[in-house]
Amino acid sequence: MNQLAEEDWDIEITAKNNLFSLGLKDVWQYRDLLILLVRRDFVSFYKQTILGPLWFFVQPIITILIYNLVFNNLANIGTDAIPGPIFYLSGIILWNYFSECLTKTSTVFRDNAALLGKVYFPRLIMPLSIVLSNLIRFAVQFVLFVALIILYHFLGSPIMPNLLVLLFPLLILLIAALGLGLGMIISAVTTKYRDLAFVVAFGVPLLMYTTSVIFPLSVAITKYPAYSWIIKFNPMTAIIETFRYSFLNKGSFSWDLLAYSSITTIIILLVGIVIFNKVEKTFVDTV
Amino acid sequence: MGKAIKVEHLSKAYQLGDFGTGTISRDLERFWARVRGKEDPFLKIGEVNDRTTKGTSDVVWSLKDINFEINQGDSVGIIGRNGAGKSTLLKILSRVTSPTTGSVKVKGRIASLLEVGTGFHPELTGKENIYLNGAILGMRKAEIKRKFDEIVDFSGVERYIDTPVKRYSSGMYVRLAFAVAAHLESEILVVDEVLAVGDAEFQKKCLGKMGDISTGEGRTVIFVSHNMDAVNTLCKTGILMDNASNIYSGEITKVTNYYFNNITANFTKDSIDGYLLKHKNKDIELNGLVINGQTTTIISATTDLSFEISGTSKIDEQIDFELYITDTVTQKTLFFSSLYFSQGLIVDISKGDFRISFNLELPENLYSGIYNLNLFVSKPGSLYYYKITDLLKINITGKPCLSGRSYSLEDNVGYASMVISNFNYSK
Repeated sequence: MNQLAEEDWDIEITAKNNLFSLGLKDVWQYRDLLILLVRRDFVSFYKQTILGPLWFFVQPIITILIYNLVFNNLANIGTDAIPGPIFYLSGIILWNYFSECLTKTSTVFRDNAALLGKVYFPRLIMPLSIVLSNLIRFAVQFVLFVALIILYHFLGSPIMPNLLVLLFPLLILLIAALGLGLGMIISAVTTKYRDLAFVVAFGVPLLMYTTSVIFPLSVAITKYPAYSWIIKFNPMTAIIETFRYSFLNKGSFSWDLLAYSSITTIIILLVGIVIFNKVEKTFVDTV
Repeated sequence: MGKAIKVEHLSKAYQLGDFGTGTISRDLERFWARVRGKEDPFLKIGEVNDRTTKGTSDVVWSLKDINFEINQGDSVGIIGRNGAGKSTLLKILSRVTSPTTGSVKVKGRIASLLEVGTGFHPELTGKENIYLNGAILGMRKAEIKRKFDEIVDFSGVERYIDTPVKRYSSGMYVRLAFAVAAHLESEILVVDEVLAVGDAEFQKKCLGKMGDISTGEGRTVIFVSHNMDAVNTLCKTGILMDNASNIYSGEITKVTNYYFNNITANFTKDSIDGYLLKHKNKDIELNGLVINGQTTTIISATTDLSFEISGTSKIDEQIDFELYITDTVTQKTLFFSSLYFSQGLIVDISKGDFRISFNLELPENLYSGIYNLNLFVSKPGSLYYYKITDLLKINITGKPCLSGRSYSLEDNVGYASMVISNFNYSK
């Protein structure tokens, strides 16, 4: 029996993996690495630039100016009585966060193959660091958004947050989970066959047009009642709509649609975890 | 003493070739077999990894049914020729990849050093990289903070610590990286051939540190190397691998001796003569090569090598014999060639049989270890008759330098000290 007592192993390396276990205990052990990776992404982003972190503002500001010109003024697409710049900014910062999480996570194995092939740490750290460092970027852009709300408020626009802003943390969680889940599915599938990577490269920017970033849901419903389900089908739509409604008190909001988004997101995240767990142990052999 | 690692029936299969349209059907087949609960058809056709022969299947076993145990506090050297499965074993031990079948059980934290400077980010400063690299290797931030001064001190790059590492020389980069790794506090340390970096002084420091870790601190060290002297010095026990299995284990000197006597001698399973015959050339045929009176594919030497090359020529020609001696660890080369230094061995050969003999003096500052000999025979400046790489291995022993290649790693040329003498040409 002594023999048995001695065989009290800490780590067991086998081919099998628990499908639903994220190994969060392991991730917690490596939390410092997570923080350092986020810091690395943030710091290396603006190294050797003069404007430094100010560059986080430049992209959304230029984008809203152009969107305002093209979609609002030229194409005359309504914005639910919300001032154009603020309408587009709200959509862009959320969409940016989602698409960055998705595209970066979907290539995480390939981009970091050299590192992951040489040293062990919980693989989940890598996608988590992407979600977190983009969250910082989002937070910076969110400050811009709040500043714009205050500015318009003083200019006499009736925009004003309502109680639904309490849902804000949930919205962020949903976006992160959706981007992470989809990204993990794609990253797992593309370790061996890279076909899907091409779809992501051109598909994600196009996907933006199937959600209410550049037009409000109400416009889609009135103009194309038969096809508006496509817009609703995109889980990001409910999130963006809720975000706008809660901060600007304009637009549309529906608990049903938000519930649909939440459930879809949870399913996608679970599927992502299962698939990610299946490949994380051996992807270095095929990537 | 307790066990630190227990490896049971460990196997790992790899798929060769390119992945593409052709492999998807087999993947679906495997998937279908798994769904039905059948045995994976992929694994039945596998064969043992042998680089030199073209197999019938593109599935190879890189490891096949490995079993061993390692006690706590042991320092174990894993040796074997290229492709024997050493690196795959290390990858599995360090959890970079997982086995196809079998298991490894580990007690305590395991840290691996398969490469120096993993995860260094060029844009970050030395200081930032110490933290990042330490965390990647599994250290907590507080732990790195506590050891920070020690690490900087060990690396000897204090002056550059706030400069981005992309501005470092390659030597400084490696020093800093090894310094971080050397201060890991895991119970088990897995080290791949990382010592073949840096200058002689730093290599000595690294070996010393490795020795401290295993003997002084009582931690378990697993060390893979081709450098037999280093293995002999650092390790107490050894495991010899060949053809995807561990075939011999025990006390380190016994294992290294077994390796020399049994494995390397059968390197190509041919004698040199047999090897030469495979490289027949129309105009000039080499049909015999004797080095130090031996015709086996591993030669032991200390000071010089005597060559006897015989062959037949169909033409009157001036030919050049170029000799390259490549370090199997660092892949650095010493060469002797007229092409670059007008110092080669150019011989006027006339039609018929010929025999050439000469002595090659090895540089005094060569390092003991295993080297590959390559022989190129050319018409100077125009064409190669023979380009024989990895012709044979030379085990150079009895050299004063135990660690550190003494010839410059920067320009990797050591031709000046390779001297040809007693040249003789006869018909």
